[in-house]
Amino acid sequence: MNPMQPSSMTTQLPEADVLNLSRRRLLGAAATGLALGLAMPRAFAQSAAAPKIGALLTIRPDSSVHFRSVFNEGGQGVFTAVAQMIGEELDIDPSRFVVSGASSGSQYHLPGARAFTGGSNSVRSSYQAMRKLGALARQMLIQAAATRLGVPATELSTEPGRVIHAASGRSVPYGEVAAAAAALPVPADAPLRDKSTFRWIGKPVPRLDVRDKSTGKATYAIDLKVDDMLLGAVQHAPRLGMEPGAVANEAAVKAMPGVHSVHRLPGAVAVLANSWWRARKAVEALQVTWSEAPAGKPSAVPADFSSAGHRAKLRSMPGNGASGETVGDAAAAMAGAKTILEATYEVPHLAHAQLEPPSAIARFNADGTLEVWAPNQAPDMFQADAANIADLPSERVTVHSPMLGGFFGRHFLYASANPYPQAILLAKAAGRPVKLIWSREEEFLRDALRPTYVTRFRAGLDTDGTPRALEAVVIGEGVIGRWFGRRPGAADRSAVEGIAGKAYAIANRRIGHLHVTDPAVIGFWRSVGHSMNDFFYESFFDEMADAGKQDPYQLRLKLLADKPRHKALLEAVGSLSGGWKRGPYSAADGTRRARGVAMASPFGSEVATIAEVSMRGNDVVVHDIWVAIDPGSIVNPAIIEAQVRSAVALGLSSTLLEEVVYEKGMPSARNFDAYPILTPDRMPKVHVRIVESGAPMGGIGEPGLPGVPPAVANAVAVLVGRRPRSLPLANFRVT
Amino acid sequence: MELTINGTRHQVDVEPDTPLLWALRDTLGLTGTKYGCGVAQCGACTVLVDGQATRACVTPVDSVAGAAITTIEAISEDAVGRKVVEAWVDKQVPQCGYCQSGQVMAATALLKQSPKPTDAEIEAAMTNLCRCGTYNAIAAAVRQAAQG
Repeated sequence: MNPMQPSSMTTQLPEADVLNLSRRRLLGAAATGLALGLAMPRAFAQSAAAPKIGALLTIRPDSSVHFRSVFNEGGQGVFTAVAQMIGEELDIDPSRFVVSGASSGSQYHLPGARAFTGGSNSVRSSYQAMRKLGALARQMLIQAAATRLGVPATELSTEPGRVIHAASGRSVPYGEVAAAAAALPVPADAPLRDKSTFRWIGKPVPRLDVRDKSTGKATYAIDLKVDDMLLGAVQHAPRLGMEPGAVANEAAVKAMPGVHSVHRLPGAVAVLANSWWRARKAVEALQVTWSEAPAGKPSAVPADFSSAGHRAKLRSMPGNGASGETVGDAAAAMAGAKTILEATYEVPHLAHAQLEPPSAIARFNADGTLEVWAPNQAPDMFQADAANIADLPSERVTVHSPMLGGFFGRHFLYASANPYPQAILLAKAAGRPVKLIWSREEEFLRDALRPTYVTRFRAGLDTDGTPRALEAVVIGEGVIGRWFGRRPGAADRSAVEGIAGKAYAIANRRIGHLHVTDPAVIGFWRSVGHSMNDFFYESFFDEMADAGKQDPYQLRLKLLADKPRHKALLEAVGSLSGGWKRGPYSAADGTRRARGVAMASPFGSEVATIAEVSMRGNDVVVHDIWVAIDPGSIVNPAIIEAQVRSAVALGLSSTLLEEVVYEKGMPSARNFDAYPILTPDRMPKVHVRIVESGAPMGGIGEPGLPGVPPAVANAVAVLVGRRPRSLPLANFRVT
Repeated sequence: MELTINGTRHQVDVEPDTPLLWALRDTLGLTGTKYGCGVAQCGACTVLVDGQATRACVTPVDSVAGAAITTIEAISEDAVGRKVVEAWVDKQVPQCGYCQSGQVMAATALLKQSPKPTDAEIEAAMTNLCRCGTYNAIAAAVRQAAQG
């Protein structure tokens, strides 16, 4: 199973029935409004028990709409996008929506869309289902209004939030017929609007969450409170796999102000107290003897693991790995090439460094159920894991999904990287609800990292400089294999995406993945394999262009001659930037500048990026970044533009600054002072052009990132006359 | 210990070296002020102490006894704060939003001291981290608030 591209799963999903929950009187609150839910067929439900039913969409007497979204909001704007999609068909302004994250349970699933936020997949996977839900609700409101007005439903239409009877000039607000609609059956089907009549889909509708987020009212997991809770803090083993042994000063720590109790957990010690600061002070005062992991413990980080040593190992690994893409016969074509070019690239581990430190609340209720509040991108997977930890059947466990204070792939079910298992154990031990927060230092110690990779390239050029053969071997571990089971002998798609699947007409190519287990805990990081592979490939592309004495922009156009969508996008970014020029050239402020270009095909969208760069000593200064993005079709251009800017910032941060360094099995950086991320003064001006080619809808949250590292590196290579083949560029020296 | 927060006096029963951030969040339930790093690197915990932008995560409560502390919860009671919030909404600044309480407080402190800041003054004052990279929008919103 592949969480990032669930299309194969999608086709197997059965259609869910839309239910009128208010009619079935299953929800007390529904008596005053219309509440629509979904019942998944029993075969697809999580247990043999009857499927759970919950209100997905509720229309209240004041005509406002509450939607519980299985796609969680982490800044990517999905709550606003779902309001646009449903509101368009329901015929109500998206600003009348309240959207909250759905808890675990199949009752919140949408047909055709998995209960998983990731892979830039939420909007594109649920576009039809969200619209259909809105259309069904609208039909029911019309039917109820027909009875109320004593006219045939066929004479009625709607305007935003109202049913209209044009012939008599009468109208009824949705909220006034929501209760009556609640007594009606759900129609078998309802027509969808024609795209040409859209009022909100495709428009820059303001985000629903912006005012609350500008006034401190938005709440995240770390802000939540339940009655009688204790606050918890942990001290993790310095190296993953070690276990707590003797504690020298336990009695003294128990006597510290506000301390409730001291606990030993797998790989950690914890203190519960009446405030988090007291818990943290106490847990950090504990003098713990940590015992080494027993030999062969699978998740343990080796004591001799260092980033430098591991990358040296990756560089020294022989072989071409399992094929992730084979076209033509690269080896044979290479033999006939005039010029052979070889280069090796590498990237480090990266941290997510989302601004909200991880936290979780666990509460065992009197009825034997467990509730967990935890940042998550997959509530049902967390529910199953929480049930396992608590030794309860999964139907007795509910995982709630607070809004995420930063996402970037951090909130997946990474063993050892989430606090909720500890919160559950502590709540059980204390007999009280527990809210556990990891300090920033504990987060840097236990984050699941973007893997480190080394990639070897080899290209063969014709006499006219055209690439005729390309071979690449990506060396490292794929994230999909780590968390969903590795298939020995097969390439991991998350390791090769961005090198495999390129659009350029190079007739012979072979892209391999050579698996080497990553000693660190690895995870999904915004744009996953693309986060490094497009840097590798698009940098090496410029090396091929230089070796063949061709301009890299023109060579890209030439190799995309039969790909109109890509060619148009490359021309769009060229035009957006005022016309392609590589440089170096002098800018008005006297700096010497150059530009780099890169293309990427991530998550169903196409992206072309140009960066303008100068050097200040060894520091790379990025002045402007131009991005043309073609997501096929769109829901909200303002959110798309904001997401591209955001992805550019994160991509640039990884290009310039970021690197998790391990020494002796431990990360050196434990806070932002030692793990610098992009600061405001280094943010370039970002210019975005959205191109709607009409291709199937692609993703938005991640695609803006992958073009940035190679566009910047390609510009630096022009300016400096030497190619950076390793990130971050903070380590690159001009001389 | 007595703290004056958003114009109201509060008795807080905490150790004198407790960071103001945790007195606000844990003791008083004012969770609009965020914990990000605890070492004054990210600025998510920014509050106003006598009008100055202050990183509450490294500010012991005994150092601000007697001072006027303003948190994001009272931002709309301040004329400059209201302008900043309206600019933040108009420019659609927040994404995940976690850092934005601190960003709004930092911008409010800047505009209280320097109602028409230069770009260099904005760059010098607006140093809080944003992992969503809303920096372009933040700068635009500060400029708009300064004009309003």
